[in-house]
Amino acid sequence: MSFLMLFVLVPLLTVIAILFSKNIRQTRWIAALGMSLQLILSAVLVVMYLQIRAAGIADDFVMVKNLSWFPSLNFNLTLGVDGISVSLIALTSIVIFAGVFASWQMESLHREFFISLIVLASGVFGFFITIDLFAMFVFYELAVIPMYLLIGIWGTGPKEYSAMKLTLMLMAGSALIIVGLLGIYFHSAPEGGQLTMNLLEISRYKIPENVQNFLFPFLFVGFGILGALFPLHTWSPDGHASAPTAVSMLHAGVLMKLGSYGVFRIALFLLPQAAHNQGALFLILATIGIVYGALGAIMQKDLKYINAYSSVSHCALILFGLLMFNRSAIDGAILQMISHGIMTALFFALIGMIYGRTHTRMIHEMGGLLKVMPLLGAAYIIGGLASLGLPGFSGFVAEMLVFFGAFSHADTFHRIATVLAASSIVITAVYILRVVGIFLMGPIKDEHHRHLTDATWWEKLSVGTLLLFITLIGMFPSFVTETLIGNSLAPALERLMSNF
Amino acid sequence: MNAFEYTFLIPFIPLLGFLLIIFNFKRFPKKLTAALATSLIGISFVLSVYTAWQYFIIMGPLHGVYPKIIGNHFEWLKLGEHLSVHMGTLIDQASVMMLIVVSTVSLMVHIYSIGYMHDDRGFNRFFAFLQLFSFSMLSLVIATNVFQIYIFWELVGVSSFLLIGFYYEKPSAVAASKKAFIVTRFADLFFLLGILLISFHTDTFDFISLTNPENFERFNLHGTTFLGLSIPALALILIFVGGAGKSAMFPLHIWLPDAMEGPSPVSALIHAATMVVAGVYLVARMFANYAIMAPEALALVGYVGAFTSLFAAVIATTQIDFKRVLAFSTISQIGYMMAALGVSGYGEEAGLGYMASMFHLFTHAMFKALLFLGAGAVIHAVHTNSIREMGGLRKYMKTTHITFLIATLAIAGFPGLSGFFSKDEIITAAHQSYPLVFYTLLVVAGLTAFYMFRLYFLVFWNTETHYHHKPHDPGKAMLIPLIILAVLSIVSGYIPFGEFVSSDGKPLHTHLHFDIAIISTLVSFVGIAIAWFLYKKSSDLTSHLIARWGTFYRWAYNKFYIDEVYLFITHNIIFAYISRPIAWFDRHVVDGTMNVIGWITVTTSEKIKGMQSGQLQQYAFAFVSAILVISAFLIYYLINN
Repeated sequence: MSFLMLFVLVPLLTVIAILFSKNIRQTRWIAALGMSLQLILSAVLVVMYLQIRAAGIADDFVMVKNLSWFPSLNFNLTLGVDGISVSLIALTSIVIFAGVFASWQMESLHREFFISLIVLASGVFGFFITIDLFAMFVFYELAVIPMYLLIGIWGTGPKEYSAMKLTLMLMAGSALIIVGLLGIYFHSAPEGGQLTMNLLEISRYKIPENVQNFLFPFLFVGFGILGALFPLHTWSPDGHASAPTAVSMLHAGVLMKLGSYGVFRIALFLLPQAAHNQGALFLILATIGIVYGALGAIMQKDLKYINAYSSVSHCALILFGLLMFNRSAIDGAILQMISHGIMTALFFALIGMIYGRTHTRMIHEMGGLLKVMPLLGAAYIIGGLASLGLPGFSGFVAEMLVFFGAFSHADTFHRIATVLAASSIVITAVYILRVVGIFLMGPIKDEHHRHLTDATWWEKLSVGTLLLFITLIGMFPSFVTETLIGNSLAPALERLMSNF
Repeated sequence: MNAFEYTFLIPFIPLLGFLLIIFNFKRFPKKLTAALATSLIGISFVLSVYTAWQYFIIMGPLHGVYPKIIGNHFEWLKLGEHLSVHMGTLIDQASVMMLIVVSTVSLMVHIYSIGYMHDDRGFNRFFAFLQLFSFSMLSLVIATNVFQIYIFWELVGVSSFLLIGFYYEKPSAVAASKKAFIVTRFADLFFLLGILLISFHTDTFDFISLTNPENFERFNLHGTTFLGLSIPALALILIFVGGAGKSAMFPLHIWLPDAMEGPSPVSALIHAATMVVAGVYLVARMFANYAIMAPEALALVGYVGAFTSLFAAVIATTQIDFKRVLAFSTISQIGYMMAALGVSGYGEEAGLGYMASMFHLFTHAMFKALLFLGAGAVIHAVHTNSIREMGGLRKYMKTTHITFLIATLAIAGFPGLSGFFSKDEIITAAHQSYPLVFYTLLVVAGLTAFYMFRLYFLVFWNTETHYHHKPHDPGKAMLIPLIILAVLSIVSGYIPFGEFVSSDGKPLHTHLHFDIAIISTLVSFVGIAIAWFLYKKSSDLTSHLIARWGTFYRWAYNKFYIDEVYLFITHNIIFAYISRPIAWFDRHVVDGTMNVIGWITVTTSEKIKGMQSGQLQQYAFAFVSAILVISAFLIYYLINN
C-alpha cells in the first residue's frame, strides 16, 4: 500500500463517515477533520518528497508504485509524483480545507453537499498522484461529474442552465482528450511492442512527428477548455456565477489547473515536436485570452463575473508561460497555477461571505462595506493587490518569471506577445481598483448594510489560511520555484528544448 | 564581513513596526502606537546618520574615489540561467544621502502626525501605513539592483495608494488613490519592459556591475530597435518612463495634484520629499548608463524635465487650493532636478549637473516637507483648503508663519538659504551646454518666486477673513518638526555637497558661481516683487489681469485640460469602445456560438426523437425498408463489378 493512496482513501473514508452523520454539526466537523488530515498529509508529502530528493534520487517520478488494473490492455494504476504534482496536491488540500470552512453554514442537504464536494476533491487528488494516462482520465471524470450536481442543486441564479453548459463543455473536452489519449496509446511503442498508458514508458519512445501533429490539438484544446483557453472559456463565467462558494473555489482554484497541468504533463511532455510546430497558434490564443479576459473584467457588474473573467486572464497566462518552452517561463507558469489557485479561491470565498450578508453580488448595490466589515474588506483588498501582481505576494513572482522567460525569445512575434501579456498588469490594476473603489470604499450606499457583521471564526480560518499561503509564497518564492519544482522541470525541458 | 552589515536593519525596523501595529490593530492604544512607531523610525534615523558618518567621515574616499559597498545581500529568486534577483543593501554616495533624506523627513512626519492625527479614528492604521511606507522607501533607496528597486517601487506605490485613500469614505479620496495607482502602474509597465530589455542584453541587474563604465564594452548591446534607437537608448527611455510616472513628469503628472486628498503629513512625506523623487533617484542610480551608453536618452530626460518644470510652474500661479499650489510646485521642482540630470555629463567637472540635481533633491526635501507640514497646520487651524478663504494669518500663527516664510524664501532662491545654493548649481550646469534649458530654468526660477509669494501673501497677509474659531499655532508635536525643518532649510545649503555626492565617486569641489547667482537672484526678486505688489494687500489689479489674460488664465487654471484628455481616452475610448464591446462580444458572440451549438443539438434530437415511438409496426416498417434499400444497393454493386 502506497502512501500516495492515502490521498484518495482519506477523502473516501471521510465520505463514508459523513453518510452516518446525524446533523449538520457532525457533518461539517467530519468534513473539517478529514480535510485537515488531508492538509497534514500534504505537508508530510512535501517533507517526504524533499527528503527523497535530498537523498540524491534523481528519478523523474518518485514513490512510483504499479498497481495492476486492466492487465489485458496494460492499463495500470501507476502512482508516482514529482515536485510539480506534489505542489499541486498541496494546493488542492489548501483549497479544499478553506472550502470546507467557507461552506460551514451550508444548511440544505448538507450531507449530500459535503459528500459531492469531497468526491470532487478526491478525483482531483487522484489525478495528481497517478502517472498512468487512463487512470488520470478516470479521476478527471470523477471530478467533473459531482460538479454538475453541486451547481445544479446548490447553485444560484440560472443554475440548471449553467450546470448543463459547464458539464457539456467539459465533456466535449473529455471527448477530445480521450481521442488524444487513445491516439497516444496506440503509438506508445514501436510496431509490435507492448502498448502502454504509462507516462514514463511512453516518454521513452519518440512518437512519430505526423502522429504528434495530429494528436496535439485534441489534447491541447481538450485540456485547454478546462484551462479556460480562449474562445472556449465561456462555461467559466456562468458556471462560477451559479456555483455555490466552495464549488467555485475548488473549481477555479484547482479544477482549472487540471487543464493546464494536463497541457503540460501530457500535451507538451509527450508531444514536444508538435508543441513546437503548433505552439505559435496557441500562443496567440493565450495572449488574446490574457488581454481579453482582463478587458472583459473591467465592465462587469457582478463580483463573480469579475473574478471569472480575471481567472480567464490569469489562467491564459499559465498557458502563455508553458508555451514559451523555457525554464523561467514554465517555472513561472506552474507557480502561477498555485498562486492563481489560492488567490481565486480566496476571492470566491470572500464573495460568498459578502453575498451571504448583503444578498447581492452587484457592485453598484453596495458601497462602503469596508467600514462595516473591516476584516473581510481588508482581505478582499489584499487579495486584489495580490491579484494585480504586487510584490510580496505569489502572483508577482509568477508573472515576473513568465515575462522574463518570454522575453528571452528575441524575435518580434514573441516580443509583441510579451508586451501585450505584460500590459495586463495595468488592466488588472484598473478592474481591481474599480471594484474595490465601488463596493468597499466610499460612503455606505444601502442603509441595511450598516448593521452587517464581520467575519466569524470559521470564515477567518478559511480566509486566513489562503492569505497566509499567498504571502508565504510571495515572500519566499524560491522554496516553490527551486526547491520544490525546480528539479522536476528538467525532463520536460529536455524534451522541449531538444528540438531547437 | 564588512562594516555595513547592520544596514539591513534600517528598513527592517519600520517593517517590524508595521507588523506589530497591524496585528494589534484594535488592541494598541493611540499613545502606544505613536510611541512605538516614532521610536522605531527614530532608530532607523539614528542608524542612517551613523551610516553616513561612517561612510563619509570615518571611511572617506578610497584612493580618491568613494567605493560602492554591498552591506549584505542574499539570493531571493533565481530568474534564469545567469540571472538572480538579490535583496540587499548597497552603500554608496547616493544611497547614503537618500537614507538621510528619507529617514529625516519620515521621523519629522511621524512626530508631526502624533499631533495632526490625534483625533482621527484611523490613528493606528495611519501609523501602520507610515511604517509600511518607510520600510518600502528605505529598501528602495538602498537596493543593490534594479529589480529590487522595481519591487519596492511597487510597494511604495501601494503605500501611497493606501495613504491617499486614507479617508476611504470620501469618494474624491478614493478616486484620487485609484488614479495615482493606475497612472504610476501604467508607467511601471514601461519600467518593467526596460528592465527586461536591459537585463536581457547585459545579463545583470546589479548596479555595481551595470553602471561600471569598464563593463560597457562587454555588454552585448548591438543592433537597433524600432525608430532607429539603439538598444540601450530604448531600454533607458523605457526605464525613464517608469521614473517619470513616479516623479510626476509631463504627461504623467496628473495623479500628483489629486493625491493631495491624502492627509497633509502624507503629502509632505510621500508626495513632496521622498517617493516622488524616486524617479530622479532612479535616473541618478543608472546615470553612468544614461550619460555614456545613451546620451540621447539623457537629453530626453533633460528636455522633459525642463518642460515639466515650466508647465507646472505656470499652472501653480493660478491654483487656489493651498495644497495644489504646493503639488504643482513639487512637480515643477522635480522637473528642475530631472533637467539638471539631463544637462549633466559623466565624471569630474562635467558631472556638475548630477551633483546639483542630488543637492536640490536634498534641500528640496527639507523645505518642501516644511511647506506641506506648514500647510497642514494652517488647514488644521482654519478648516479649509482654499487660499481665498484665508488671509492675515501671521497674527494668529506666529511660529507657523515664520517657518513657512523661511521655507518660501528657500524655495524662491533667496540668497543664503538652501534653495539658493542648489538652484545656482543647477542653472550653472545648464548654462554650460544647454541654452534652451538654461533660459527655461531661469524663467521657472522667477515663476517659482512669484507663485510661492503669491501663496504666502494670500495666506498670511492680504485681507483678513472672518474665522469662526480663532486660528492658533498647533501644539508642540506639530511645531517641533516645523522648527527643525526650518533650521535644516537654512543650513542644508552650506553642506559642501559635491565633496560627498558626485557622478563618478570622486569628490567634486564646487563654489558659488556669482555671475549666474546674480542673474537668478535678480529674477527671483522680480518674482517676489510682483507677488508683493499684487497680493500683499488685496487689490483689483489681479482681477483686471485675469480678465486681460482670460483664455490663458482659464487654460492654466484648468491645468491645460490634460486630465480631461485622459478621461476622454480611458472612459470614452478604452472603456466604451474596447472594454464594453468585449464584454458584449463575449456574452453574445463567443457564448452565443456555444448556445447555438447547444440549440442545434437539442432541436435535432427533438426532431428525431419521434423515431423511437415504441410502435412495433413502425419499427418493422423501418426494418423492412432498410433491408430493401441495402439489398438493392448490394445487388447494384455486385452486378457492376
